[in-house]
Amino acid sequence: MGVLSEELRNQIRALFPNYPNKRAVVLPALHLVQDAERHVSIEAVREIAELLELRPAEVHDTMTFYQFFKDEKHKLGKHRVWVCRSISCMLRGGEELLQHMCEKLHVHPGETSADGKVTMEFAECLGACDGAPCILVDDEAHMNITPEKADELLKSL
Amino acid sequence: MATFEPTLLARIGKPDSQSLETYRKDGGYEGFKKALGMAPVDVINLVKDSGLRGRGGAGFPTGLKWTFLPKDHQGPIYLAINGDESEPATFNNRILMEMDPHQVLEGIAISCHAIRSNKAYIYLRYEYGRSYRALKKAIEECYAAGLFGKNIHGTGFDLDVVLHRGAAAYICGEETGLIESLEGKRAWPRIKPPFPAIEGLFRKPTIVNNIETMACVKQILDRGAEWFKSMGVPPDPNNPRDAGSYGPKLYCISGHINKPGCYELPMGVTSRQLIEEQGGGVWKGRKVKAVVPGGISMGFMTADELDLPLDFNGPGKAGCLGLGTAAVTVIDDQTSMVDVLFNCARFFAHESCGQCTPCREGTAWMHKILTRIRMGEGQIRDLDLLTEVASSMGIIPGTTICGLSDGAAWPIKNAIKKFRGEFEDYINSGLKTVKSAEALMAVH
Repeated sequence: MGVLSEELRNQIRALFPNYPNKRAVVLPALHLVQDAERHVSIEAVREIAELLELRPAEVHDTMTFYQFFKDEKHKLGKHRVWVCRSISCMLRGGEELLQHMCEKLHVHPGETSADGKVTMEFAECLGACDGAPCILVDDEAHMNITPEKADELLKSL
Repeated sequence: MATFEPTLLARIGKPDSQSLETYRKDGGYEGFKKALGMAPVDVINLVKDSGLRGRGGAGFPTGLKWTFLPKDHQGPIYLAINGDESEPATFNNRILMEMDPHQVLEGIAISCHAIRSNKAYIYLRYEYGRSYRALKKAIEECYAAGLFGKNIHGTGFDLDVVLHRGAAAYICGEETGLIESLEGKRAWPRIKPPFPAIEGLFRKPTIVNNIETMACVKQILDRGAEWFKSMGVPPDPNNPRDAGSYGPKLYCISGHINKPGCYELPMGVTSRQLIEEQGGGVWKGRKVKAVVPGGISMGFMTADELDLPLDFNGPGKAGCLGLGTAAVTVIDDQTSMVDVLFNCARFFAHESCGQCTPCREGTAWMHKILTRIRMGEGQIRDLDLLTEVASSMGIIPGTTICGLSDGAAWPIKNAIKKFRGEFEDYINSGLKTVKSAEALMAVH
């Protein structure tokens, strides 16, 4: 028995019919593992590779290209909060908002709060520019965020 | 203008606009049914006749792209839908996917029939969680209703649609980067040719189309090519490369505007109309300093250029790269263009995939020079240096594989040319506008 549960393995296997080869399941598999474990360990990379009949280096190569996936040294907290720093948000205070939230949690972007609840990150355009400045909590967008609204959001997590 | 009725956004804001039931009440999937009764080549010709050009940014004629597929190919042929939408300030596809997913799916189904594909992949950026959930539910509804699956409407046509989530990387919006990413690899764009229509996803013929383009295809099936061509701007007789700009278009307005949002208007509306008539004017009673016509890779239009039409040809007349995604960002007169340009440079330095040296090194270098200027340590010669670096990044055809470097270079060259005085004043004054937040973000 490896680090991936049988349930996770079955979820990954269930995706095989969607694609003509198993390599295309690399991204969906990494998503499934990271959602469940909050990171993707080297052992998990090996096990994904085995399931997909790839070499671990092939899975690791893909994984590390996308800064989205975190290794064991950068485990995600319970929630991942992204503050957009792209042009429309920057023009309406996105960077100050990021500063405010980082200070509130005593973290730098990319770090997780001491209680393990929130990982703070900056985003390159969340595509919610009509509600700038905007933030993403996990994969749910919240728009027109003021420092006060951000505090409430953090409290609710 | 007064008689214009939105079609792409007609259902947005209606109660339950995402469900199959209400979509069908509004005449949904009749266009798909109609397409299934037509020969694929007739559907392609209809789209060609409409003058539809891809809405993703490059503006390539959609019907023409479809004809590049090899004739009599035994398959499989794939349709890959670009739902990556990561160009800063762009969110039109998100509105469609979130609020009217069936309109998008119907366009996909029609397009699959036209190009003789039985499998479509929607590559969706991870950040669009709401779009993911809306599309996922809509796809399930289609399978349950027999609109997707085997032998649709007894015609013998099979169709599978797979929703595939990305992992927050801008380069996945480049069509061959998207293909590589979908195949489970790092999103490194491929050298072309071969173009995807000949050798694309899983090395099979593939068409890559944008979400809004799919919604347009659906409307063209319902309303006809003439309807689509009745709106917009005909080709510029002085520009042999202009194929005209037809149909309705989703314009996103954001930045320093009173009413940011996504508005549907005929191709060829001006920035001034968008700002004054749709956007409710510049915020805080200020004036426009600059406008980005369609995502930051397009460059800037000055306050004197607001009356140029935002069609495929218009922004080029103001020295911009093109219309791009028609995402208009308004920058007010209290904002430093040095800060704005820094923001653009930082974005591209972060998002360059690193495969080609001019782009990898050039974007990093431009980011560093602009950082230095904003630290109050810039020199006038830095402006020429920036222009020089930008000029050596992909503007020379063939030095980079994809257009990211061109998109990174354009705003730099364009801004320094148009706002040089402001950049010089900034440097001469020793001003420093680095925000404390940036120390936090130093690691890009």
